[in-house]
Amino acid sequence: MPQTLLEVEDLRIHFPTEDGLVKAVDGVSFSLERGRTLGIVGESGSGKSVTSMGIMGLNQGSKAQISGHIRLDGEELVGAQPGRVRALRGDKMAMIFQDPLSSLHPYYKVGDQIIEAFRVHNDVSKKVARKHAIDLLGRVGIPQPEVRVDDYPHQFSGGMRQRAMIAMALSCDPGLLIADEPTTALDVTVQAQILDLISDLQSEFGSAVIMITHDLGVVAELSDDILVMYAGRAAEYGSAAEIFGRPGHPYTWGLLASMPRLDRERTSRLVPIPGTPPSLIRVPSGCPFHPRCRYTELVGGQRCETEVPALREVVTPGHAAACHLTAEERTRQWAELSADKIPDDATAATEGPEAREPA
Amino acid sequence: MITFVIRRLFATVFLLIVVSAITFAIFFIIPRLAGQNTYQLATEYVGRNPTRQAVLQIEAQLGLDHPLWVQYGNFLKGIVLGTHYNAGTNTAYCPPPCFGYSFRTQQPVWPQMVSDLPVTLSLAIGAAIIWLVSGVSIGIISALKRGTLFDRFSMSVALVGVSLPIFFTGLISLELFSYKWPIFPNVTFVPFSTNPLLWARNLVLPWLCLSFLYAALYARLTRAGMLETMSEDYIRTARSKGLPERTVIFKHGLRAALTPIVTIFGMDLGLLLGGAIITEVTFSLHGLGLFTVEAVQNQDLPEILGVTLLAAFFIVIANLVVDILYAVLDPRVKY
Amino acid sequence: MTEQIQTPPAPEAGPDRAPSGDVLLEVTDLVRHFPITRGVVFRRKVGAVQAVDGINLTVLRGQTLGLVGESGCGKTTTGRLLVRLDEPTSGRIVIDGRDVTHLRQGKMRPLRREIQMIFQDPYSSLNPRHTVGAIVGAPFRLQKVAPSGGVRRSVQELLELVGLNPEHYNRYPYEFSGGQRQRIGIARTLALRPKLIVADEPVSALDVSIQAQVINLLEDLQNELGLTYVVIAHDLSVVRHISDNVAVMYLGKIVEVAGRDQLYAKPRHPYTVALLSAVPVPEPLSSATGQRERRQRIRLEGDVPSPMRPPSACRFHTRCWKAQQICRTQEPPLAELIPGHQVACHFPENTPQVSESSPEGAPQPA
Repeated sequence: MPQTLLEVEDLRIHFPTEDGLVKAVDGVSFSLERGRTLGIVGESGSGKSVTSMGIMGLNQGSKAQISGHIRLDGEELVGAQPGRVRALRGDKMAMIFQDPLSSLHPYYKVGDQIIEAFRVHNDVSKKVARKHAIDLLGRVGIPQPEVRVDDYPHQFSGGMRQRAMIAMALSCDPGLLIADEPTTALDVTVQAQILDLISDLQSEFGSAVIMITHDLGVVAELSDDILVMYAGRAAEYGSAAEIFGRPGHPYTWGLLASMPRLDRERTSRLVPIPGTPPSLIRVPSGCPFHPRCRYTELVGGQRCETEVPALREVVTPGHAAACHLTAEERTRQWAELSADKIPDDATAATEGPEAREPA
Repeated sequence: MITFVIRRLFATVFLLIVVSAITFAIFFIIPRLAGQNTYQLATEYVGRNPTRQAVLQIEAQLGLDHPLWVQYGNFLKGIVLGTHYNAGTNTAYCPPPCFGYSFRTQQPVWPQMVSDLPVTLSLAIGAAIIWLVSGVSIGIISALKRGTLFDRFSMSVALVGVSLPIFFTGLISLELFSYKWPIFPNVTFVPFSTNPLLWARNLVLPWLCLSFLYAALYARLTRAGMLETMSEDYIRTARSKGLPERTVIFKHGLRAALTPIVTIFGMDLGLLLGGAIITEVTFSLHGLGLFTVEAVQNQDLPEILGVTLLAAFFIVIANLVVDILYAVLDPRVKY
Repeated sequence: MTEQIQTPPAPEAGPDRAPSGDVLLEVTDLVRHFPITRGVVFRRKVGAVQAVDGINLTVLRGQTLGLVGESGCGKTTTGRLLVRLDEPTSGRIVIDGRDVTHLRQGKMRPLRREIQMIFQDPYSSLNPRHTVGAIVGAPFRLQKVAPSGGVRRSVQELLELVGLNPEHYNRYPYEFSGGQRQRIGIARTLALRPKLIVADEPVSALDVSIQAQVINLLEDLQNELGLTYVVIAHDLSVVRHISDNVAVMYLGKIVEVAGRDQLYAKPRHPYTVALLSAVPVPEPLSSATGQRERRQRIRLEGDVPSPMRPPSACRFHTRCWKAQQICRTQEPPLAELIPGHQVACHFPENTPQVSESSPEGAPQPA
């Protein structure tokens, strides 16, 4: 069985709207092997959720324009027959969502929803499917699964609901599991339980996992590789050790520096990223991060404004960043930042340049 | 669940008693508070051109000189057990539910209402089925094909339907389809037991006119409900499981969107059962609605009293059914 | 009997504010129960949600108290009680010497100049039909305050203060981003220069890169205007950054209170220990071979019990790995074991004299 399960190549997902063309995803590439976890990190508007919906084929039916390649186990999904993609959904690739209360149907029992997920892809009797559902609920850590299989979603607590959703996603033993902000709506102690659960289940089932989140702590816990997205494009891509140890993109530096962290000495001042995330209709020219970047001067020659940086290798093979800074510059700046040397303009509480035009 | 139903039943009975008390108050107490004495009040019950003797007879019959609570007691007793009228030389037994004697006909009110009931039932239930099926279907299609020509067209037609009064559409359709082009000539009520085909044929025009109004409303409601439901997270989850789109729309989407519609339907039907007044008048169908209009025109208080209580009864029962239905449909409702 | 907290002065590290020393907010035995009733006509009380069940807080002027806890702990209810959006079932709230616990709304109104709240959701806490100028200027109108130079001028100054363009006076909230809307909310809160600000999850609805901006803003404003904050949050790292003192709540009770550095360096209540160990840390776990390791942490079993039926005695005993018989029968008082550090536990962690716990404290990792 070949190792590479998922290959995404130059994926673009654009939505025509009244206000203009929203370039939600604009040229993203990555690959994922069985048993590995890819963390996709980004803020709102980065395109991380749209990417995962694109992989699952959930954008079909809307006016989305999708181009590029998505290959699941060698099979091309972009442009494939909707019926074929639907057959794969839930069976070979499954997804869990952020808010388990609104993501489960309130009128149907949890067990029935799991049974439904199983029976749409497997021709078995209700009895067999029910047994499978109870078994799954037990494996995700829900006590008394034979009783709780007949409960409704509102009768579960938040953590239990998310476990139930995970059980439902795993019902057909998919090779790929996409988790879209699975713990954002949960308490931190419950979040820890769920992250451990996902990790355990991944070992047990051997699935590949894509973890989508804005929380760098969560992504560090679970990911082998990390893709940092900004304005629909890849800003940086590499192994977790590389991204956290030697980040190569100013946006990543900004994220790391602006977060208060429990594992470090308390800094007296956070270093925010100035400005606001850009509009996806009027994406800034050249490098989409340039209006908020402190280092455009270092690159010089207005290059950041005019030229779109390609995703190219930084230092280590397999670690790439989309930035015009030279490797030496990059290393130097990161060294300064990690020594807590704060840039002069950094600590002002102002917003910095208006990164997008007013509506 | 059983306890819930029993509790609601008790509440319903209690509600019916309250309704009867209020009705009683309207007819028997408020005029007294406004200063009428029992003679004047009895005059109201004799209909047009009351003779003094008739009034006195009625006054005694109705027992208007008794204390109010006795009167109310008798009133309730009449509804449940029937009333014996002993006044002078006239003795009569008015079987339950007894709302009194109509002035016009000097007959008990209830049997007259019963004879008119089938008309209203046929009209209301027939129209209800038509409007529910057509309105909901159009609403679903409009929601799924939002923004298309079908959607815009059907919603415009719906706007027209909601805006045009029934007497207008009724008269127009009678003019066109009954007189001008005799497709449905002679719209009179034929009981189902007599001739089912003719029964249906004669009711087509009233059904269509009545349904047009409600179907328009339900199409808009369904469309709004479906749009809201289809944008919910659990629809996205259903799709992500690989369910066929049809299952997603009907089993997941419609099921959730329909709950409020079903409850509104219960209320609408309950109201209509008390008499689809305008439709019946327009098409001269002698149902409870027309009965009501005539009773009011004739100032026939016992008839008015009877029809008020019956209509209230239908609404209260409809409320009960709707509450139970909602608890059945939505497992989140705590009972 | 709980002792009154003597809040320690702010720790040395960092350019912290020196408190002016006097107590601005004092909360004693605050309780808020929400009754649960049944019955249609005759409603009888069958139970109560014990949202806040006897808490004590002291905040000195110019300081920041962080209130942390998970869902159901009562911190949001506490915030609402402090601002008197809700009335306590019992207990006392004293702000700047005035007992505001049961003040009627009429008497409360003038005090609203001095106590204000920053809300969590910048999208729903601003009226979409009002312009920014109207929103930020509303406090002046409502309190009938006429600032010198006019309301408009004051509003524009406030907008500048929070880092917004004062020329956006006539814009509507939908024209702004989440972070900007939160700033508008902050500007509104500051309009009448309140003494005490309760911030309910002020940054949790914002993107990470914006959170830092708003956190810095709040700190700057505190330094400039001498504000006192009570910050309610579930994000432990954010709380650590902006607080001087931190109180940890669990199921309606305060289980630990300490100065910020003490609490995060040496947490003593098992719940605090578990909470801190549960926070994912942005440090990858890959070893040299690229294999991912599992983080060693304390795993709490199960979910938080319902506030309607909290466990007896120590409320944490159902999930605590050190629970003994006494934990089930006797509620541990909030006691000051070390100066400036209070814990409600029979067997606190990291405490030398208690024989049960080793310095490492935690049980074997999950």
